[in-house]
Amino acid sequence: MSVDSVRLTDVRKTFNGHEVIKGVSLEVKKGELVVFVGPSGCGKSTLLRLIAGLETPTSGQIDIAGRDVTYAHPSKRGVAMVFQSYALYPHMTVFDNIAFALKIQGLPKAEIEHKVNAAAETLQLTHLLKRRPKALSGGQRQRVAIGRAIVRQPDVFLFDEPLSNLDAALRGQMRVEIARLHTKLNATSVYVTHDQVEAMTLADKIVVLNAGRIEQVGSPLDLYRKPANLFVAGFIGSPRMNTIKARVREVSSDAVGLDLPQTILSVPRVGAQVAAGANVTFGVRPENLHLAATDEEAHLSGYVILIERLGGETFAYVTLKDSEGEPLIMKLDGEAALYNHQEVRLKIDLNRAHLFAEDGQAIGVSPDFADKTDESVHV
Amino acid sequence: MYSNKWIGSLYITPFVIGFLLFTAFPFVASFVLSLTDARLQDQLGAANFVGLSNYTEMAADSTFRQSLGVTFAYVFITVPLKLAFALFIAVVLNFKLKGIGLFRTAFYLPSILGGSVAIAVVWRFVFAGDGLLNQALAGIGIGGVNWLGEPTTAMFSIVLLRLWQFGSAMVVFLAGLKAIPEDLYEAADLDGASRLKQFFMITLPLLTPVLFFNFIMQIVQAFQEFNGPYIITAGGPLKSSYLLPLMIYEEAFKYFNLGYSSALSWVLFIIIAVFTAVAFWSQKHWVFYAQDRDDKGGH
Repeated sequence: MSVDSVRLTDVRKTFNGHEVIKGVSLEVKKGELVVFVGPSGCGKSTLLRLIAGLETPTSGQIDIAGRDVTYAHPSKRGVAMVFQSYALYPHMTVFDNIAFALKIQGLPKAEIEHKVNAAAETLQLTHLLKRRPKALSGGQRQRVAIGRAIVRQPDVFLFDEPLSNLDAALRGQMRVEIARLHTKLNATSVYVTHDQVEAMTLADKIVVLNAGRIEQVGSPLDLYRKPANLFVAGFIGSPRMNTIKARVREVSSDAVGLDLPQTILSVPRVGAQVAAGANVTFGVRPENLHLAATDEEAHLSGYVILIERLGGETFAYVTLKDSEGEPLIMKLDGEAALYNHQEVRLKIDLNRAHLFAEDGQAIGVSPDFADKTDESVHV
Repeated sequence: MYSNKWIGSLYITPFVIGFLLFTAFPFVASFVLSLTDARLQDQLGAANFVGLSNYTEMAADSTFRQSLGVTFAYVFITVPLKLAFALFIAVVLNFKLKGIGLFRTAFYLPSILGGSVAIAVVWRFVFAGDGLLNQALAGIGIGGVNWLGEPTTAMFSIVLLRLWQFGSAMVVFLAGLKAIPEDLYEAADLDGASRLKQFFMITLPLLTPVLFFNFIMQIVQAFQEFNGPYIITAGGPLKSSYLLPLMIYEEAFKYFNLGYSSALSWVLFIIIAVFTAVAFWSQKHWVFYAQDRDDKGGH
């Protein structure tokens, strides 16, 4: 059995009597890129700082590479961190910034030069080595910060919202670079972000955090297909999942009958445990809502109130008839012929629908996703 | 509308009048006087133009040479010591401790009081032959030291007064320390740099603009020190604490040599100007500005 790279056991952290990390247990395997994602204030950065040793847990244990480092000094943990602000030393050149840790370690000059040059080459920084950070662009600074981390060859890389200070175009580009770098170095990485797109695209495993607790852990597509609760369902996926309040009418072995404001639906379900009469939330992702071709196949009807055309795809916002709830969002083809105030009939792909109990926990799984597991996601 | 412009000008006239009357005029007048043999008790009309002879006279004046030596010694001792002390206290007061605000206030207090005549008088009582310090020393069996009667110890006592007023430099250092981002230290922690290394490799370089500012201010102030030595030692004994400002004062108001005193003032002014200019010239070699616009990365 291989040793986990990072293992958290019931880690808790209290600041001034306020518990911000409420018992987190987690394993990160060697070579894995794990993304902590969640809204601001959910504790994801604190959790990263606990792993880095910049904070000490109030209770619980942290192991890195099989060693208990709960109270070890940050430099004795075998971790390197890329800060949100980059934290580059402004008075040092790029070379000196990257070489800083190696100089502190007292490595011979030739070895330092060799390592820094190798890192600079990987990150295409060679021509910038003599510059100071302020003479660099945001993306270049980001690469220097990464260079400073990789030159130390740590057991674990820690990224604290590394792309949040970059503009959108650069963020996409750096995201690809980080993904490529991860594949190349195959280093264990823990990455914090509030951006679910970053989480989905980068992660081998996503950890969704909310109010100091883990809501769900899984591969990106697992979380997308089988969100364990309403919070994860709402957080993963953009635009977010549509939800409609409903009441359970009847329950059979493979379906749950629902009373919706406009209609009665039979939602195919695997492993649903719910009683008739229960209040539930029905969920459907924007791409699983379609325009109905005929009245017979329509489930819902409403009016288009807003159309967002992105070129390749179109988002249509539809308010249901006789409903005061949030408008539903549909994801349609870029050329979809729609106009404002148009009356539309909607068809729901019921095999890909979601169902949540009153406490937010998922009820069963939709048949299309039931047999898809983590393994089928990764190739 | 004519009014806004004129009313605006009106508001600044008190300052302009004050500046012209009490700064610009004396500045020019002192230079003119320094070229004459004007004496305080005579009509100004009786003064004769003597060219640069007041200045050439200084070269042969042993009192001037003594005073100049004492002044340089005073500046070269007090400025580095005071800066080091102020920085040390600022670093300590930058720790996140309970009640640190109280300590910051307490440590700043001497600077509010320090420059005043009253404190200089208190200082004289402390260092007098039968003063507080000697009484305290007697209590632990050490015989009285004639603090103000010996050249070295007299200098020591006025140097100490200056160091005691470290507060304003300390506050500026403290502000500078607070401006250094916390994550630089966190990054250095992860990189394994000890506190001492962090201080010399991160704190000190990033503090150089503040250090430079404090250095200039302290140089300028130290050269002009008057209250302390005038009240505590009166420049003695044997002119061992006879700083240039004391000599300027005595030449003018004790010996009535207005012309010579003015020339001395101008020499002091030129000395301060040269030191400041050298400091400004040197800053490109040791002062690091994080924000300057034209840096291409090193010199």
